[in-house]
Amino acid sequence: MDKILRVNMTDLTTSVETAPIEWAGLGGRALTSTIVAKEVEPTCHPLGPYNKLVFAPGLLSGTAASNSGRLSAGAKSPLTGGIKESNVGGTAAQMFARLGIQALIIEGMPTTDNWYSLVLDKNGVTLQEERGLLGLGNFAVVEAIQSLLGKKTGVICIGPAGEKLLTAANMSVKDPSGKLRSHGRGGLGAVMGSKRIKFIAIDDEGAPGITIADPEKFKAASRIFTKAMMDHPVSGQGLPTYGTNILVNILNEAGGLPTRNFTDGQFEGHDLISGETMHDTIVARGGKPRHGCHAGCVIQCSQVYNDKDGNYLTSGFEYETIWGFGANCCIKDLDDIAMADSIMDDIGIDSIETAVAFGVAMEAGILPFGDGKEVVRILRDEIGKGTPLGRIIGSGAGSVGRTYSMTKVPVVKNQGIPAYDPRSVKGIGITYCTSPMGADHTAGYTIATNILNVGGQVDPLKKDGQVELSRNLQIATAAIDSTGMCIFIAFPALDIPECLPALIDMLNARYGAELTGDDVVSLGKNILKTERNFNLAAGLTSAHDRLPEFFKTNPVAPHQAVWDFTDEEIDAFWNF
Amino acid sequence: MRKSTPSGISSVDSITITIKLFAHFRNGRFKEEKYELPPSTDCRTVILSLGFRLGEMGIVMVNGEHASLDQLLQEGNTLALFPLVGGG
Ligand code: SF4
Repeated sequence: MDKILRVNMTDLTTSVETAPIEWAGLGGRALTSTIVAKEVEPTCHPLGPYNKLVFAPGLLSGTAASNSGRLSAGAKSPLTGGIKESNVGGTAAQMFARLGIQALIIEGMPTTDNWYSLVLDKNGVTLQEERGLLGLGNFAVVEAIQSLLGKKTGVICIGPAGEKLLTAANMSVKDPSGKLRSHGRGGLGAVMGSKRIKFIAIDDEGAPGITIADPEKFKAASRIFTKAMMDHPVSGQGLPTYGTNILVNILNEAGGLPTRNFTDGQFEGHDLISGETMHDTIVARGGKPRHGCHAGCVIQCSQVYNDKDGNYLTSGFEYETIWGFGANCCIKDLDDIAMADSIMDDIGIDSIETAVAFGVAMEAGILPFGDGKEVVRILRDEIGKGTPLGRIIGSGAGSVGRTYSMTKVPVVKNQGIPAYDPRSVKGIGITYCTSPMGADHTAGYTIATNILNVGGQVDPLKKDGQVELSRNLQIATAAIDSTGMCIFIAFPALDIPECLPALIDMLNARYGAELTGDDVVSLGKNILKTERNFNLAAGLTSAHDRLPEFFKTNPVAPHQAVWDFTDEEIDAFWNF
Repeated sequence: MRKSTPSGISSVDSITITIKLFAHFRNGRFKEEKYELPPSTDCRTVILSLGFRLGEMGIVMVNGEHASLDQLLQEGNTLALFPLVGGG
């Protein structure tokens, strides 16, 4: 796996390069962030010709390792103005790996108004002008590509939001059942739109496939790793049964469920949108409570959610989306939220950023709190069509806040704060502040230890130990994001001693390497520092590693908690 | 420990708490009930009397704060019990 495909959209040329030696041993986030840091001018306009969009499969993608099929995408983010890495399931990562593609780099920008598509196959990459699918939603795009190029074709595409360069636009990736997963955060769909690429199709027919340096060792390690996934109660039982939405009731009980645009920490309608209710609804309507976002996922936290008549409505229906439109926007009807989820998949917009933007829009009086039908209308008729109001909301929470002169705008580095209140779950506040990605819970998921008692217990309401917890998790996550592993492997990895060594053994067996645990930790540290240095050069300094002021001044019920870290305490995060 | 009835007047030497169960802990049990207990009952005793093994407890919260099994319950407390589950 050492081919680098490069596509230059300015002069419309493509090339296949051999990876430089310093990229050997890098994959996923390690590689996308290294390439962005090396090749992208930090001060460039993220939607201009000097930004680059980079895709890389994880180091273990394409192998039989459980949960290893995540694809990383990187660029300078038009939402945060800093570096971005976002990873996703779907079928693309495994196809990249089988084709021997270590990375795909898209650079430049067309000098005309034409749109294009890319086809990746065993011969490299072909660039074609695209007309027919412009303006279509993601579902129609995937269907058209499948009927044109075959059912098995991999797809990465953008919907109308990406075409209109909305800074909350995502990139969609086809999953094994022909539905969609998203490179959600940071507006990477707008970057793809700025390169005027509607879709990337992947055909791995006749691909060379993967060679494993030591197949026996790999098999043995893989067995131990998979067993750890199955044995841990969270990955083996909790996630498959209830999905991520089990968190609604937990966070509500803990007073950390941001409600009414981060006004309260508990939502009176929590039961109606909870994982327990959702599970029973899915079963009663003949949906599927468990479903994997890529082949080889043994956890299967995803699900298929049907409407009242038993017809498919949405899948990959995550806690963060349900929280965002539920508690945060006070919508109590799970069907309205599921409809919103499906429309967001289709128009190609990040469900977290959009939900946070709607929370601010409701507080600004654009629409009432709790009005699920109006949310659905605005998504379809305003954001989907790119009207002025649609552009304001579809450009994220910060955009709504600035336009309506709001002071209560939950963002860090202009990226919407997700589903855990940083006042009552303080560790995650440190992650929001310090992650080079902007407010992103996945960057260092302290909820595990603050709330779920995984990997020990650190009291969520006290400041003690939070900086260290977030630092350790962010370092580990950066490394895991490079392997192609889904972040949920962290639950067993934090508790079961054989799990991480098995992961490292798989890496060694795959590449004939001799990595140790320490090497993996230094990989994580290097990635974070590389990303941080890019941000510093782009103008994002410690002054941007801060939560919005209202978290300090507005206590959140029921614990009346406020954000009380000093700047020095936050900045100590970077002492490593 | 017994279920408190709406009409029942709790005796002086007992306290009333609310117990909330989540995820599969609800199966064959309940979602939310009020119980009367002798004063100075700890979380462990309540958990065991509901038929749980201590090993299945993921999160124990009293009034929205993580609690140890030894924590003594007070009049009016809400005890919430979760199996080990997660998300993200
Ligand atoms: S656990 Fe969920 S997010 Fe992770 S790979 Fe499986 S389905 Fe995808």
